[in-house]
Amino acid sequence: MLLIKCPWCGYRDQSEFSAQGEAHIARPVNPHELSEEQWGDYLFFRKNPKGVHYERWVHSHGCRRWFNVIRNTATDHIHATYRPDEPVPEFSDEETDQPA
Amino acid sequence: MSVKPKPYSIFSLARNALNYHQGWQKAWRNAEPKRDYEVVIVGGGGHGLATAYYLAKECGIRDVAVVEKGWLGGGNTGRNTTIVRSNYLWDESAGLYEHAMKLWEGLSTDLNYNVMFSQRGLLHLAHSVHDMQEIGRRGNAIYLNGIDSEFVTSQQVKEMVPFINLDCRYPVHGALLQKRGGTARHDAVAWGYARAADNLGVDIIQNCEVTGFQVEDSTVKGVETTRGRIGAKKVGCVVAGHCSVLAEMAGFRLPIESFPLQALVSEPVKPIIDCVVMSGAIHAYISQSDKGELVIGAGSDAYLSYSQRGGFDIIEHTVGPIIELYPIFSRLKMLRQWGGVVDVTVDRSPLISKTPVKNLFFNCGWGTGGFKATPGSGHVFAHSIKTGDMHPIAEPFSINRFNTGALIDEGAAAAVAH
Repeated sequence: MLLIKCPWCGYRDQSEFSAQGEAHIARPVNPHELSEEQWGDYLFFRKNPKGVHYERWVHSHGCRRWFNVIRNTATDHIHATYRPDEPVPEFSDEETDQPA
Repeated sequence: MSVKPKPYSIFSLARNALNYHQGWQKAWRNAEPKRDYEVVIVGGGGHGLATAYYLAKECGIRDVAVVEKGWLGGGNTGRNTTIVRSNYLWDESAGLYEHAMKLWEGLSTDLNYNVMFSQRGLLHLAHSVHDMQEIGRRGNAIYLNGIDSEFVTSQQVKEMVPFINLDCRYPVHGALLQKRGGTARHDAVAWGYARAADNLGVDIIQNCEVTGFQVEDSTVKGVETTRGRIGAKKVGCVVAGHCSVLAEMAGFRLPIESFPLQALVSEPVKPIIDCVVMSGAIHAYISQSDKGELVIGAGSDAYLSYSQRGGFDIIEHTVGPIIELYPIFSRLKMLRQWGGVVDVTVDRSPLISKTPVKNLFFNCGWGTGGFKATPGSGHVFAHSIKTGDMHPIAEPFSINRFNTGALIDEGAAAAVAH
């Protein structure tokens, strides 16, 4: 089980959170003008990388706020977590966001 | 080059028994990759090997290589809970899974390899009025598609599984029964297809990982591997959890996310349960292997991961309902637990499809339930690769459906909660 640092509540068990998939997907501003390809691409097609993944989580059984996580999907190491209003943080490959 | 393989029979068994079983041939050659093939299949699991077999047997293409990064059947083929059924709701799915079921029914003879296919019957439990309505709708739809499907009462369930606790937290109201459903030996399916394909001249190349595609003018010309470049007129990718990784190498994305899915088996016990019992509502499904182990399928983790390890909390959520339904199992020890990486689509139906790259085909997205479709999947995929046009059964499962909106929503029939 993962130990995840909620930007507001600190380190909590993964069971308090819900994973919500790839982060930083902007909803198109003009959906009615999109082609079927563009709309389908926005709704269903994902990077699904083996490696660094930027993803959204929500602290469902805690503060119920949304935030972003940078996690390596091959190792499950969490590099960083950050609030939606924060810029994407820099991180190094070795860095793991775990309590000291 | 190779010795003509001898078929397995009661006589070969007797002959080899007299020889202390020292005389058996290897089931398949350990082939070295050639420079070029007509077709390269990426992925040596059940679906990939089945594709190669049907290409050689039915499509007249024997110049085929199966490249596998690890060992045969070491991915999801060797990690699933071996359940076979065809009780899916929609016509498209019924066509695909029933096609597979009919091939399962003659598979051991066809391959000259005992895949231990056992049609022991499969119960899908309903725990509420809404569950009863769901199986009512699905059962009748299945029946209309000419697939066996029976409604049984909770008392009939009790007769089939005498130790079940019907009056548990979510009481059993009834069940949907597919008598032709059951299990097969998963490793034997991979080995049987490998041996039969090899007999027809297919090269099976293990420890050979694909690292890229050679694409010219949007047409695939071959694959780059850890054992060098292999040229191919056509390439079929059947790699389950890692399909997005291969798609990225080829320059496109898939409507797929990969999740860990776990299973566990108990210590072996004497025969106690002679059918498969599954419950989508409380997520508990169980069967007993011929070795006596109880085989239990867990749920998938909710986050994307290629780790082949699931969370411990998932095991707890799986074992809880099992104990509630079958209190008799509460003191059984669990022997092994493992995980695989499943490629899940939004509509819980697979992709069998052309891709933006010409002559590159993908067969993936089987998610949490691909084993049951192994023969049918390989069969329709082989025919699609041969002709270059998708087989009529495979046609609705194109990647394109995520653009047109013609999804095949099998969420209720998928059995594993996501």
